[in-house]
Amino acid sequence: MPDVLLWASVFFLAITSTSLLLSREWRWSIAFLAAQYLAAFWLVEFHWPFTMSAAKLVTGWMAAAVLGMTQLHAQPTLTNEPSWPQGRTFRLLAAGLVLLAALATAQQMAGWLPGLELPNASGALILISLGLLHLGMTANPFRATIGLLTFLLGFETLYAAIENSILVAGLLSTITLGLALAGSYLISLTAWETNE
Amino acid sequence: MSAPLIWIGLPLMLAVFLLLLPRERLVTALGTVSALLLTGIAYWLPPDTTQRLGSLSLRIEPSLTLLGRQITLDAGDQTLLMLVYGTAAFWFFGTFAVGQARQIVALGMAIIALLMASLAVRPFLYSALFIQVAVLMSVPLLASAKIKEKAHGSAAQPSVRGLLRFLISQTLGMPFILLAGFLLSGIEAGPADVAQVIQASLLLLLGFAFLLAVFPLNTWLPLLAEETSPYTVGFLLTMLSTFGLVLALNFIDRFSWLRNSTQLPTVLQFIGILTLVTAGVWAAFQRHLARIAAYGLLAEIGVSLLAISLPDRQIGLQILFSLLLPRTLALGIWTMSINILQTQTGDLRFAAVQGLVRRYPLATAGVIFSNLSLAGTPLLAAFPFRQTLWERLALQSFPLAFWFGIASLGLWLIALRTLAVLTMSPDNVEWNSQETWPQRILLSIGLLALFLLGSFPQLAQPVLTSLPTMFEFLGK
Repeated sequence: MPDVLLWASVFFLAITSTSLLLSREWRWSIAFLAAQYLAAFWLVEFHWPFTMSAAKLVTGWMAAAVLGMTQLHAQPTLTNEPSWPQGRTFRLLAAGLVLLAALATAQQMAGWLPGLELPNASGALILISLGLLHLGMTANPFRATIGLLTFLLGFETLYAAIENSILVAGLLSTITLGLALAGSYLISLTAWETNE
Repeated sequence: MSAPLIWIGLPLMLAVFLLLLPRERLVTALGTVSALLLTGIAYWLPPDTTQRLGSLSLRIEPSLTLLGRQITLDAGDQTLLMLVYGTAAFWFFGTFAVGQARQIVALGMAIIALLMASLAVRPFLYSALFIQVAVLMSVPLLASAKIKEKAHGSAAQPSVRGLLRFLISQTLGMPFILLAGFLLSGIEAGPADVAQVIQASLLLLLGFAFLLAVFPLNTWLPLLAEETSPYTVGFLLTMLSTFGLVLALNFIDRFSWLRNSTQLPTVLQFIGILTLVTAGVWAAFQRHLARIAAYGLLAEIGVSLLAISLPDRQIGLQILFSLLLPRTLALGIWTMSINILQTQTGDLRFAAVQGLVRRYPLATAGVIFSNLSLAGTPLLAAFPFRQTLWERLALQSFPLAFWFGIASLGLWLIALRTLAVLTMSPDNVEWNSQETWPQRILLSIGLLALFLLGSFPQLAQPVLTSLPTMFEFLGK
């Protein structure tokens, strides 16, 4: 695959994961999450057979769908999260700093793991670091689940370069879907408790 | 029939079946009997060993191939299988007294099967993936217990903060362990590249810090215990921490440079004593029964790490595994008693449980004696092994033994404070036990066992002494 396509995927991942951090409308968040899985699919496809990468993409979209369906029902109680800090500028700046740090360390990371290309390392680190930043900024189950899924997707992108076992791919897909289901359960529970 | 099918496949299928059963008592009975049966099979028909029954020859194959990887349970896993399913039977039986059988027994059975799979998968580096699937399965278990508490009118905080933090913390650990495993496999024979060794060690340390909830990555545990059913948390965290420790020992056993590293005992000692002291001291200042039990559990994780850190690995492992039974027993009785009190008061803060001894004498005794047992009080189950560990630490370093004593003192003080609160009853209240008969019977048996194990620690030794042999190098 040409390098330019890989770098385009990395750029797309940076856009989607930053947008996930900035977005306040859950519908947009779901759309960005789905787009994020598509961009990661291109990176993973570099190391894995098309069918295995496609399975990862479909699992990610299923996870997004599960979260979307749950959020649709829990919507009245969860749209406006009173979290600190709220300012978009602050989040954008934080995301920018984290992105810079991720890109700066990507070269080193690519040297760590044999077979890991620089675009893959960059994409993975962007997802991991922005996922962690997302987790650090929210206590909302919906946003935390998105943060966890982003973090996990980053790790999967990294791990795809060094491991291509079907069992591992299957288990990681199970975990992605399980995280979405667990997150949905927590979203429903919070909505139920708020309505009580 | 292969061993993974019996001890992993069957429990998973049984879990689905138990979820569908209409009556909770039936779920408890069936779950307990099944767990005992699996313990019995492990005892009489260990995997990979031929047994003769008259003219019949029985042999359970040790391996199963799943998606190109081996799932193996061999003869060395016999004791662990017995211990795990025996412990499961104990926790499942306890649901006769506390309820929540459908969640604890059915989902618990599936979680235990997945945790067993985490130890059986080859290469073992993939264990973290199975543990993560088990963690995900425990979310509905904890959440449904929370719904049940809420339905009973509990004043639990209307939030899922603890549950969310638990999920985040455990999920963050998995990638670190997997990556560390990959890096370690590259330096299997010996540490050729120092930089790579440092990277792998740091990743491994972070992974297990998240997985085992060591200080300071354990703030979610008291929060979780406060938010949801203490018995469910007790069951789950006992299982997860036990498997987490066995996985950590697998790593140490597998990699010779890690096994022979001179820094490893120091790091384990530092983390262990930090976790133990913070848990013991903070427990002393708590005013919520479930939070106190959670700190008791955290202290036990610290104790386990200290046992592994002992210079004499054989003795360290003996202490570690000998403590498993007293710990399970004490935490089981403790959380069961707290659950019984919670059902009555709906709140576990000191102000709400004041003077309950006259209405719940056995549950009160359960709370106090379990707490004292985990504090290392003489005549109670954990005493002989904690005492041995304390002596060993004192031989090694006085400050270490001093801090160990401070942590035990913290746990001891909170037991006395709890006793004072629970007995602070007006004189005109009659002594009238309101525990149900199953609760009375289970608590009495548990309390008796706490004293029996404390007075005759050798009772459990035949089973536990063979546990270290499951490790190829550490156990020899």
